Amino acid sequence: MSNAGISTENQNHPIKTVREAINEALHQEMERDPTVIILGEEVAGGAGCKGSDEAYGGVFGLTKGLGPRFGRGRVIDTPITESAIIGAAAGAANTGLRPVAELMFVDFIGVCFDQIFNQAAKFRYMFGGKATTPMVIRATAGAGLRAAAQHSSMLHPVLTHMPGLKVVMPSNAYDAKGLLIQAIRDNDPVCFLEHKLLYETSCPVPDELYTIPFGEAAFCREGSDCTIVAMGAMVPRAISVADKLAAEGIHCDVIDPRTTSPLDSEAILESVEVTGRLVVVDEANPRCSVAADISSIVAEHAFSALRAPIKCVTAPHTPVPFAPNLEDAYMPSEARIEQAVRDVLGAR
Amino acid sequence: MKYSKQLLVEAYTTMTTIRQFEERMIKEFMAGNIPGFVHTYDGQEAVGVGVCMHLSDEDIIGSTHRGHGHCIAKGCDIELMILEIMGKSGGLCKGKGGSMHIADMDKGMLGANAIVGGGPPLVNGAALSMKTLGKPNVAVSFSGDGSSNQGTVMEALNLAGVLDLPHFFMFENNHLAEGTGDEYAVSGGIAERVRAFDIPCDKVDGTDFFAVYEASKKAIKHCRSGKGPYGIEADVIRYDGHFIGDPQAYRGEGELDYLREHKDCLKIFRARVTGESWMSDAELDELDQQAADAIEKGVQRGLAAPQPTADELYSDVYSSY
Repeated sequence: MSNAGISTENQNHPIKTVREAINEALHQEMERDPTVIILGEEVAGGAGCKGSDEAYGGVFGLTKGLGPRFGRGRVIDTPITESAIIGAAAGAANTGLRPVAELMFVDFIGVCFDQIFNQAAKFRYMFGGKATTPMVIRATAGAGLRAAAQHSSMLHPVLTHMPGLKVVMPSNAYDAKGLLIQAIRDNDPVCFLEHKLLYETSCPVPDELYTIPFGEAAFCREGSDCTIVAMGAMVPRAISVADKLAAEGIHCDVIDPRTTSPLDSEAILESVEVTGRLVVVDEANPRCSVAADISSIVAEHAFSALRAPIKCVTAPHTPVPFAPNLEDAYMPSEARIEQAVRDVLGAR
Repeated sequence: MKYSKQLLVEAYTTMTTIRQFEERMIKEFMAGNIPGFVHTYDGQEAVGVGVCMHLSDEDIIGSTHRGHGHCIAKGCDIELMILEIMGKSGGLCKGKGGSMHIADMDKGMLGANAIVGGGPPLVNGAALSMKTLGKPNVAVSFSGDGSSNQGTVMEALNLAGVLDLPHFFMFENNHLAEGTGDEYAVSGGIAERVRAFDIPCDKVDGTDFFAVYEASKKAIKHCRSGKGPYGIEADVIRYDGHFIGDPQAYRGEGELDYLREHKDCLKIFRARVTGESWMSDAELDELDQQAADAIEKGVQRGLAAPQPTADELYSDVYSSY
């Protein structure tokens, strides 16, 4: 476990958004390692068209500038062909490259899931340790942009379930850069999930290259009254609730696992041993989820420390709705997180 | 003489090794010495061998669930294959992959693949590595008539065409996808599909080693020279069931007898080379015997080999975790 991201130690570094941090990490890693390539839909944009040679730089602008800098040979615009994108990345990873494949929205894994979970994830095991598949699948995830059911899912539970995959969910710009560089250098397939609502959030981010190891949670706030575990876009919400409660004298540990596979269960268990109370905040659907997994780990290994039933604050068991009021109700809100903390504190 | 003796010996040795290997695997499976699902390649030997004789270890192939023949043709060690197929320690994949997942990266064998249509997108990746790293190599995907119906294969063809990848798509049309005929299941034709992507595609008699060898030479030359992908549809036959133990109730009366009599690629090879007086029956018989001896040695080693140790259950999931 370590303290990172929204902390005071980084205050002297320039302020960057998550979008800028990711873009910078891609630039720096491509500069450093000629085997790093990018492929995906409109990662440059404009191929085969009469207009700009870099019409997009990724639909959310994450790969902006890479095409002109490194050329179309390393920043490869593909057709809309997710199975072929992920397959090419996996095959290239087996044969000498370090591809960073972009899935425009994580929801699109539906059409290429075989290449992820049956191929890339299983190569190493099926082939007795002989295959190495150093690939990254970057994907935009999460609700909040009124993008409706097929562009808003949080699918980290599905990916976390799969042996052979690593799953990363940065909650701030500092972590985004360090985790992405680690993902690119990692020798296993990594799913790197970027929450849409976080792209414009910012914090101090060093200009130089650095990595953040997988499986090390960040303690965003520290306190001995309650443990709040939150992931992705839920982290800032959990921090906000913790700060509000701190003014009342209620102090919470806010733990951001940063990676759900591997998961730093040790950090969570150590915290619960002290607080005796756990609230897990996750935007994913609740059944067979990471929230359920964390609850189960704590119930199994820290049962005697618990002084209240575990509370999970998640989306309901529904697809993501379109209507703004319904989508707002779908996502775990600060009010629901705060109520959950008060509930576990009130329980005896 | 058009072909060197060395080439003829190598071709026949590999083909007879594959045939006898598969026949022996069927026997060992029936004897209870092989767990799981096994799909044999006997009948299609001329294709795997006719393609792979043009390839080096730096060239890469991606195979199918019916992958033993491709592995042998690409140079995988048959004893280590037998250990793998028997699920034994020391197998090519430590006994953790089995018949459907044999890979040997050192030999450019990217893996058998038990998902129909799973391979071609991956082989695009190998071809992309070659192109990006400036290597003069070629990547070959083997697919069947069944996989020609999978969207992944259509996507792989399109991307290979878009990116001009050195990818040779070899479609082995054995006219049976499990137990469903291609006349029913393939609307239109396979070669025609490939050509629709503006990728050249030839049709070849897959029971004739020399036809496959020549057609593949042309396809591979095209890919190596940077002209992009190439396709071949080989007309082949499958002797055995979809899997060992398949009663093949879908076969017509006398169908298999006809195939064995008229469509056997080893018999066709033998007739050609003896007819041309390139090799004698005695020489070919000697190669049959050598292959049989090598397989016998491998089977005995496989039967005697220990199972994987219990800790192998947990290893090789990640490089680091």
